[in-house]
Amino acid sequence: MRHISEFFVGLVFGFGLLLSGMTDPGKVIGFLDLIGMWDPSLAFVMGGAVLVSFIAFRISRNWTTSLMGRVIILSDLKAIDLKLILGSALFGIGWGISGFCPGPAIVSIATGEFKSIIFVVAMIGGMAIDSVYQRYRQA
Amino acid sequence: MAIDWEQFTPVTAFSGGLLIGLAAAAFMLFHGRIMGVSGILGGLLRPVKGDRIWRASFLAGMIVAPLLARLVGFAPTIRIEQSGLGLILAGLLVGFGTSLGNGCTSGHGVCGIARLSPRSIIATLIFMAFGMLTVWLMHRFQTGA
Repeated sequence: MRHISEFFVGLVFGFGLLLSGMTDPGKVIGFLDLIGMWDPSLAFVMGGAVLVSFIAFRISRNWTTSLMGRVIILSDLKAIDLKLILGSALFGIGWGISGFCPGPAIVSIATGEFKSIIFVVAMIGGMAIDSVYQRYRQA
Repeated sequence: MAIDWEQFTPVTAFSGGLLIGLAAAAFMLFHGRIMGVSGILGGLLRPVKGDRIWRASFLAGMIVAPLLARLVGFAPTIRIEQSGLGLILAGLLVGFGTSLGNGCTSGHGVCGIARLSPRSIIATLIFMAFGMLTVWLMHRFQTGA
């Protein structure tokens, strides 16, 4: 039961994604359709989310442990390298094709949409391919 | 460019955004981690001992959310127009890309931007630009214009 609190954070996150409209690929594509008929709603999602989390990152910026006494783990990556650029570009293409990014896709698994399960399985496959590729490169 | 006023839902979008931000804030303040979905899921594929349960617990909360929402009468709209083959291609690209680029919309787009991380700001600009370009190309192709 030590990790039950993560469940509740995931639940709140899921509610936020559902309420915001991020779990509707049709709406996401409307946001990405900047040049055509643009629905700016998702800019408001990001605005609200960044606003609240910004405060939390400010409060905790000098902490070494969390309120539950866990060690703070942040990415120490700094380089803006080819991996970051190429990875983000490929992600953007997949996001545009489907209207799904990882969070909303996972939330939509249990909505009864069979197609979102297809997407999530392929997404895990893509992650596994990268894991194997990274290990191969390091070897 | 034209604004699609009929689809524009700033109030629910912003409210949902506040909840997403609240989750990201709680994850940082209580668990001391960045709430990035691709990283949390990807970590399950590279299992480290004692590092799996919190990941599975968080993802389980996300999966249960729509079931609870339905109990209180909230039925989300989910329009998936892409074909099965298109979704497989898109899923592979999203999985491979977020793993290679170390983050997605939640990790780079929300938490990274809130941390003012230059890496995340660049990543977000790139995936948004490529997403918009892809949608533009698909719409051109579909209408044959």
